[in-house]
Amino acid sequence: MITSQDDLHNKLTLDQNQDVKQFLTFIMADEEYGVDILTVQEIRSWEEITVIPNAPDFVKGVINLRGTIVPIIDLRRRFAIPAIEYGPLTVVIILKVKLESTSKIMGIVVDAVSDVYSIAEHEAKAVPHLSDSEHAQFVAGLVNVGEKMVALLDLQKTMDI
Amino acid sequence: MSIDLSQFFEVFFEESFEGLDAMEAELLNLVPGEEDLETINTIFRAAHSIKGGSGTFGFTAVADFTHVLETLLDQIREGSRDLTAEHVNLLLKSVDCLRALLRALQAEQQPDLAEADELRIKFEEILGMRAAAKAVASNTDSEEPSAESSRNTFQIDFKPHHHLFKTGNEPLYMISELAELGDLETQAFQDDVPDITDFAPEECFLSWRFFLTTDKEQSCIEEVFEWVEDDANITITLCGGLFGDELEEKKVVQVATDTDIKETETAAKPTAEVKKSAPVKSAAANTESTSIRVGIDKVDSLINMVGELVITQAMLSQLGEQEITEATIASLQEGLAQLAHNTRDLQENVMRIRMLPISFVFSRFPRLVRDISQKLDKQVELKLLGEQTELDKTVMEKISDPMVHLVRNSLDHGLETVEKRVAAGKDPVGTVTLNAFHQGGNIVIEIMDDGQGLNTTKIREKAIKNGLISESDELSDNEINELIFLPGFSTADQVSDLSGRGVGMDVVRRNIEALSGSVEVSSAPGVGSTFTIRLPLTLAILDGQLVRIAEHTYIIPLISIIESLQIDISKVSRVGKDLDVLRLRDEYIPILRLYTIFNHQGAIETLDKTLLVVVESDNQKVGLLVDDLLSQQQVVIKSLEANYQKVDGVSGATILGDGRVSLIVDISGLIKLSGLRKPGSQELIIESKASLEAS
Repeated sequence: MITSQDDLHNKLTLDQNQDVKQFLTFIMADEEYGVDILTVQEIRSWEEITVIPNAPDFVKGVINLRGTIVPIIDLRRRFAIPAIEYGPLTVVIILKVKLESTSKIMGIVVDAVSDVYSIAEHEAKAVPHLSDSEHAQFVAGLVNVGEKMVALLDLQKTMDI
Repeated sequence: MSIDLSQFFEVFFEESFEGLDAMEAELLNLVPGEEDLETINTIFRAAHSIKGGSGTFGFTAVADFTHVLETLLDQIREGSRDLTAEHVNLLLKSVDCLRALLRALQAEQQPDLAEADELRIKFEEILGMRAAAKAVASNTDSEEPSAESSRNTFQIDFKPHHHLFKTGNEPLYMISELAELGDLETQAFQDDVPDITDFAPEECFLSWRFFLTTDKEQSCIEEVFEWVEDDANITITLCGGLFGDELEEKKVVQVATDTDIKETETAAKPTAEVKKSAPVKSAAANTESTSIRVGIDKVDSLINMVGELVITQAMLSQLGEQEITEATIASLQEGLAQLAHNTRDLQENVMRIRMLPISFVFSRFPRLVRDISQKLDKQVELKLLGEQTELDKTVMEKISDPMVHLVRNSLDHGLETVEKRVAAGKDPVGTVTLNAFHQGGNIVIEIMDDGQGLNTTKIREKAIKNGLISESDELSDNEINELIFLPGFSTADQVSDLSGRGVGMDVVRRNIEALSGSVEVSSAPGVGSTFTIRLPLTLAILDGQLVRIAEHTYIIPLISIIESLQIDISKVSRVGKDLDVLRLRDEYIPILRLYTIFNHQGAIETLDKTLLVVVESDNQKVGLLVDDLLSQQQVVIKSLEANYQKVDGVSGATILGDGRVSLIVDISGLIKLSGLRKPGSQELIIESKASLEAS
């Protein structure tokens, strides 16, 4: 990512700014989404999963993460994006989400992991209120990174089953 | 003397609490007029050891208070005083008071002495030593109330043996106790103190002579030295009011009795400032005991098992060093089987250590019921059943508060007053029954009363008023009864200190659910109500039967399985729209299709020759249709809720040998999920039986 001295300098000065956070981004249906990198526990490849009976369709099931039972959410289904076959790039991002009083460890299935960006939070713009967008409610803000637009996820809402 | 006594505090507290429990239990057994000497002795002994212990550890407030108790008990024991109901009540109150004092001390807080002083005054009134006591309580130096003529001066020579400290006695306490009896003059003799070279710091070389001017009996003085009579030479002589001649005969060291008295005073002072019961409450919050008393046989069997484990391990490691041949593989397998056996035994025994009979919880109820029924002026008989049912200690500690709440509710709201009962044609004495038993992997605790039952109309009105339901909601009686578990619900007409603050049932339910248990209520107007608490026996491990449904593996708790069989289609009948019932000997077992309940595709749907696992929950038998029976194994229960949420029909998850997650079936949840009517299930079966006979 860091190609020149200038970039490095920019990055370092940015980091000093308190409001700058690093975000891990991933791709889903050609859109790029970001989550605060500090919530990311690890990135795993897709593996066999145990189905939970009568769970909402976006809950794929649970996996064994070194002795802890971790539910896995299919983000495409959560966002009402048409499902695709899981391929070799399909990954599970394990996140630690802070809820009201506790924090829960959950995984999300995404098409592919993309990049890590430093983003100043104040640059994020509110999502235009479009009632027809199913998943706008899960997006906390939009930011421009270069030419691309990244949607920052509101994890609390996304993971609130 | 450099032994740090504080290391024994915990033991002292535990023993004292046990002693108090014993006292309480025995006191409840006491019937004035026909008291059993052995019972009184037990109470006396308990009080005596608490007094001794607290004296040793310097908890003067407790020691002093227990002292009056003991005096009264001693008189009753000797027959010089008759036991009255008032005595029993006072003694019970003082048990509570002592418990509060000890809790406060345990939490290293300043104990609240107001109640203790109040009780002590009452005791002293009974004992006829009130007048003197007042002086002690207010100020040792204050003017004596009674006539000078009754006062005597005793000369007490106290020469402890050198080993006095080793018996755990401290002369300073005795001296301060003496000082409380009256005016004390003290001389200490240090003649025996050897040269510094021969000096042993753990021995007592001092001896004392006291002149005590007091209006007490000589026996009171003797009592001070009761603990050391074998370890010292003590002579007590009455010398009228004369002393002073011998004062300067020997080298005299004035022991600072003044400071001792001050100490006891400061201990009593905070009384005025400490607000009632506030410190005790906060102390009670963390009194869950952290230690456990285990029978020596249980420990011995553990040691045996560890021994076996070591032998097996040695055998296996020896095998590991040998060259691998077919013979060694056979013995290796044998060794592994033995290891599995050992591990299992060990695990069972370790679990058993945590298991205690539920009588530990039940034992506090006779007292509670007695007090509350007196307060409410109701006549109540408490029945305890299944006291020997064993339960995990942690679960037990957490369940006792919710149970107290439920029992209080039963007494306060459930049972009617004597007049009302008589008017309703019932026995004037109401009954509250506590029953505990094992069922499946659960322990079930029932709290039953034969009172008026829940008032559904009133509950409904209240729920509407509180906005919990709307006027138009049609609710069955059961659903209405469930409303009492909602936050902020209370139907008591008058808020009493017993119940009715509206912070009750929801907390009860929450506490029980925190233990992964459940609480339910069933009630019939005029007949009574029953609260059923269901709790898992242990929170960690269960024996499971692995079953396959389509490509999914589930675990059925082995303990709830009655049998597994292949369905003979000729014994199956269809009842109603979609319920199949299997006739098994003389019972009719409803067949639950797990694949429909869990919504899985691709399972075997025909009934003929398919496997059925017959399980029981809540006295109801159902058959679970499965594709295949796999192995049986012990599984460690993992929480699904930690990272996800509660799943109906599933009690938890576990990780199998190959690392996959498997879900554990919750039978009673499953029955609910399947829509079989649970409370009325009996009707359902009868109904189905009738239709079978008709066909």
